[in-house]
Amino acid sequence: MLTEIMDREFVYSGHVGCPGCGATIAMRFVLKALGEKTIMVLPACCWSVITGPYPLSALKIPVIHAAFETGGATASGVRAALDMMGDTETTVLTWAGDGGTFDIGFQALSGAVERNENFLYVCYDNEAYMNTGIQRSSSTPYGAWTTTTTGQDWKRLRKKNIVEVLVAHRIPYVATASIAFPDDLLRKTQKARETKGSKFIHIYASCPTGWRIPSEMSVKIARMAVQTNIFPLYEVEDGRKYTINYKPKEYLVREYFKLQGRFKHLTDQDLDQIQQMVNEDWELLLHKAGDRS
Amino acid sequence: MKRVLEGSHAVAEAVRLAKVQVISAYPITPQTHIVEILSEYCTKGMMKAKFLRVESEHSCMAALIGAQSTGVRTFTATSGQGLALMHELLHWAAGARLPIVMAEVNRALAPGWNIWVDQTDSLAQRDTGWIQMYCEDGQEVLDSTLQAFRLAEVVNLPVMIVLDAFYLSHTYEPVEVPSQEEVDQFLPPFEPKFRLDTAHPCGFGPLVAPGDYMEMRYHIAMAMEEALDRFDEIEAAFAAQFNRRYGPVEAIDCEDADIVFITTGTVTSTCRLVLQDLRAKGEKVGILKLKLLRPFPTEQIREKLRSVKKVAVVDRNFSFGASGIFAQEVRAALCNMPVHPTVFGFVAGIGGRDVTPELLEMIYWQTKTSDVPQKESVWMGLREVKNVD
Repeated sequence: MLTEIMDREFVYSGHVGCPGCGATIAMRFVLKALGEKTIMVLPACCWSVITGPYPLSALKIPVIHAAFETGGATASGVRAALDMMGDTETTVLTWAGDGGTFDIGFQALSGAVERNENFLYVCYDNEAYMNTGIQRSSSTPYGAWTTTTTGQDWKRLRKKNIVEVLVAHRIPYVATASIAFPDDLLRKTQKARETKGSKFIHIYASCPTGWRIPSEMSVKIARMAVQTNIFPLYEVEDGRKYTINYKPKEYLVREYFKLQGRFKHLTDQDLDQIQQMVNEDWELLLHKAGDRS
Repeated sequence: MKRVLEGSHAVAEAVRLAKVQVISAYPITPQTHIVEILSEYCTKGMMKAKFLRVESEHSCMAALIGAQSTGVRTFTATSGQGLALMHELLHWAAGARLPIVMAEVNRALAPGWNIWVDQTDSLAQRDTGWIQMYCEDGQEVLDSTLQAFRLAEVVNLPVMIVLDAFYLSHTYEPVEVPSQEEVDQFLPPFEPKFRLDTAHPCGFGPLVAPGDYMEMRYHIAMAMEEALDRFDEIEAAFAAQFNRRYGPVEAIDCEDADIVFITTGTVTSTCRLVLQDLRAKGEKVGILKLKLLRPFPTEQIREKLRSVKKVAVVDRNFSFGASGIFAQEVRAALCNMPVHPTVFGFVAGIGGRDVTPELLEMIYWQTKTSDVPQKESVWMGLREVKNVD
């Protein structure tokens, strides 16, 4: 089964993603898991460009490009039309970046999942507005440089916890996933496809261009984000049942931060503070998963 | 069958008869009666449609863009602020060549909050690529809505049916409601020219470089031009079946007129009364009712006004820093005629203020007794306004 999935390909080699683009790796895996009966809603994001300009498309499924803030709403319409045509088999997939999910598309996403629309929303998270040139979003993590948080104005606010926001909507399925853990990503995507109602997968997708890392480090950085508990892998069913999919050996966050140009201004003191914040969040997650009383 | 319907329900009846498959809506006064009854029709099974109760007008139009691209007939209704919020997606719907039909109940824009009639909301959407039809009464609303689906689907452009808040949306009138069989004969099921289809994957609306974008825009311009001819054909087919026809413009007593009112919406009905009174007094006056804003019926207007000396355009809208918007459109249509009527612009009824027969008579006499307009737009019925320093 896995070999069959891995052998099928829905992303053509002519795409225009940057070398080492995590979002492109994420797309490949997700489409392998979903298969050809998939219609994609693609609000403005890096992938609007990565697919290639008219009349070309690097994607072998139908795609409707959509206005930045409409990922949830456009998908609702596609789903409604398919249902009216008697097609309940095709998966409607919204594929959006962190800007289109955490910020400008937040309302439409919340509206769509509150209505429990039968679709899968994937947010590939590269932690800033990369397509427009690395501007900060509400997904940008504490400590990061971006082109709108420069010098001493590096971002001193926490990243919005989008997963918990979706969990609060009590939708059937919410999960985090990473390009560095493809088995986990494939399994979660397939699970989402087989679940009725609104599904949300938050994929950590490293960005060599915006994070100031070498392109060959893309997957390694993604793996370290999980290993350091910065980006834990877990899933939540019906807003209540938490399952942590990977229990790391508590690597120190500074190893992850030291490798990335976007964090190079941080002092040891800053990194200690960040370590504390990560520990706090991890404890909270363990608590929710019933691993701490 | 003749029924007594309010304007809103005349829209809803047409939507039901058009067998719309996806309706999406967000509440805003004064369009709510339209979608409330449609929601009820869906719940009771009187319509086989999916009703999306979305969280904003912006999402409403986005949902219709998604649904229509997948290959079904769609509808929504909105007003004022709601239409303004949709603005970005109005461009999107037209640019994506989607035959969405929307009822727009004209409502004044805030601040201050005002739910009453004012056309500035829909006129501000003039350049979005939507066909716009301004209606005068309940029958015209029902008929135009049915025609709108056929026109939209022929030229692949969205259509906005525009009706005055309260004066039309909430006014009960006898309306002839055709049977389902009759409508089925006039309006065939929607056959999309393109759609999202997993058997034939395509990418809709990707990045388009300057080398292609301009031609895509020219295609829309051509479709809009074609819409005028198609509208004529569709009206002819409708008239053959139902014996009712409106035209892109309607000329009333214009043949021998020296002065012609130019009106839209329900002001036209009031003006018809004024016309009778003035004609009884021997005045050579007529009315040119504009139905289409886009495509603008330039040739028809020139034709009807060929021998007219003056026109008095009544605008229930305003473009700050310029003038009433229909007056601008009429001036632009007339200016290249070697000899053309002088255009007098009047602004009246802003924010729901009544446009009375007396006010329209004042407009007539002021036009008759002036050689040239005092201003590009004369605001009628204003209370005294002081300059604030």
